[in-house]
Amino acid sequence: MSDHPAPASAAEPAEAPKKRSTDPRALEARRKFLKAAAVGAGVVGVALSGAVPVLRGDKKRLRPPGALDEHDFLAACIKCGQCVQVCPVNALKPADLLDGFGVGVPYIEPRKQACDVACDVGQCILACPTGALVYHRPEFFPPQPHSEVPQKPVLLAKKADPEPTLNFTQRMGLARLARPEACLSVKGEGVKGSARGENFHGKHRYAEVDRWTPQPVREHEYQLDRCDLCVRECPIEGAISIEEKPGPDGAARFTPVVHEACIGCGTCEMVCPAEPAAIVVDARATWEGAS
Amino acid sequence: MNRTLEGLRVLFGAEPRKPAPEEISPKAKEIHAAKKFKKKDFEAMEGHIQSHRAKKTWRNRRWATLIFVNLLFVASYWIDVQLVEGSLSGSRFLGFHMIDLNSALQLMLAHKHLIVNLFIGTATVGLVYFLVGGRTFCSWVCPYHFLAEWAEKLHLSLAAKKLVKDHPLHRGLRVVLWATFGVLAYATGYTVYETISPTGIVSRALIYGPGLALLWVLALLAFEVLYSRRAWCRYLCPIGLTYGVVGTFSPVKVTYDLTRCFHEQDCRKVCLVPHVLDHVVKGRATEARIDVGPDCTRCGLCVDTCPSGALTFKISGITRNR
Repeated sequence: MSDHPAPASAAEPAEAPKKRSTDPRALEARRKFLKAAAVGAGVVGVALSGAVPVLRGDKKRLRPPGALDEHDFLAACIKCGQCVQVCPVNALKPADLLDGFGVGVPYIEPRKQACDVACDVGQCILACPTGALVYHRPEFFPPQPHSEVPQKPVLLAKKADPEPTLNFTQRMGLARLARPEACLSVKGEGVKGSARGENFHGKHRYAEVDRWTPQPVREHEYQLDRCDLCVRECPIEGAISIEEKPGPDGAARFTPVVHEACIGCGTCEMVCPAEPAAIVVDARATWEGAS
Repeated sequence: MNRTLEGLRVLFGAEPRKPAPEEISPKAKEIHAAKKFKKKDFEAMEGHIQSHRAKKTWRNRRWATLIFVNLLFVASYWIDVQLVEGSLSGSRFLGFHMIDLNSALQLMLAHKHLIVNLFIGTATVGLVYFLVGGRTFCSWVCPYHFLAEWAEKLHLSLAAKKLVKDHPLHRGLRVVLWATFGVLAYATGYTVYETISPTGIVSRALIYGPGLALLWVLALLAFEVLYSRRAWCRYLCPIGLTYGVVGTFSPVKVTYDLTRCFHEQDCRKVCLVPHVLDHVVKGRATEARIDVGPDCTRCGLCVDTCPSGALTFKISGITRNR
């Protein structure tokens, strides 16, 4: 019917055939076929190379609230960025080429801009057209053990409201005091001025200033004799507190302690004045895994 | 042979079939026989062609549409117009869900679950592109197509200087890739194709800012300029095949009028998919009027180019035959 060569012909050694070489049209068709096979293999190869960053798992991304487990999330996300568009503080970014299969999938860099959980409804979840971000896990995607907070998180900004809770319980991650030696509170140091300096572009919802509009972190100044920003700015009730614990020298130290109510929004990591942050969010960490 | 089946055969990578004499309808035969051009006619035709060279009506309409649609996405985010929020893979148009068909397919195969919004969005877009012509998406909306058209101009000017040569590939490749990416999505549970989809990458780069992923797009464009003319859209892109199938029975088509055709084949030179215009070769048209097959992107370049008006757009049930 056409000049489509049989695949078997491609497998034969190039020198062997004698009669085929006479027909230029058959030769041309054969060349077209071989080139197509090579180009096709190249394209599939490039696409599959996207597996490398995913399988290595070296970049453990903090995903938006309500994200399915990482593998399911990458499968369910259609890479449209509607979540990116609705985020009131632009915390979400679509990932780039080096994320492999995760290209175009949203993630949060909390040190630059934490998730604004106080946006209330989880606007990114509401925007997601494919169910990659969900308020409630469907029964076929049960949550990982200890990946949910025990009770619905209470938003401090809404404490006085009749319905003060968030409408999801899935953690994004879990905060951890990674460098207690750098923690200003542990060191007994204070904060004068803004938390992150003049060049920091992140925003935070300071409920006492304006519950409905996130404010630039750099415009919010403190006069504190002992830093407690991670506790002071945490949007969730009972997620973190400062407790007196004995330090390495035996003397009592005011140490931030993360509790089970933490949902991993990253606000503490964003506002931490230490550089790099003393407290960080471990993406997708579960409570059992926390020490 | 049934034109629809033939169109699908060609869409899936087969070479167009030269019709046997008995397949040509009596009316078409009559017209073929009546076409005896004299030298004078050819000279007149040449003059006619020259006078038509500048015509870019449909191309300009199409580029305006393509740029407008993509700018609408950009403006919806950047200046918060909120008409189409999202990107080409998925969006809300005035609040209604729209999901790209090929992205939806990849997602369903990888994720293996279908939620209502995704279904609504996919069905809406499927219906829209069924109505406006399937691969219409490619030439009227896809931002990569626009870039590739400029790469094609560059390729053609380099080819004219004998600096590069076009290397055609077997068109069956697109079907193989479509199936391969389908199987890969299902087997790995990742939307493997989205990793390299230049449509998705360019759309997101326009809306959310450029990134390293554009290097892949540049590599594709370089390949098209230096090695194989319009390779991605012609031989590789699974999105084109998906929309091609959707547009098989679409009412919007380019239609061919044998009586007006001078068979000088300028249309095939500008066409992204010249295999759909095989019937313009003298003696091959089986009917007096032929609708161009489903691989056609309805770009209108042939309509602009045809000096004698043998190729025109038609909407079944609305456009009357002249």
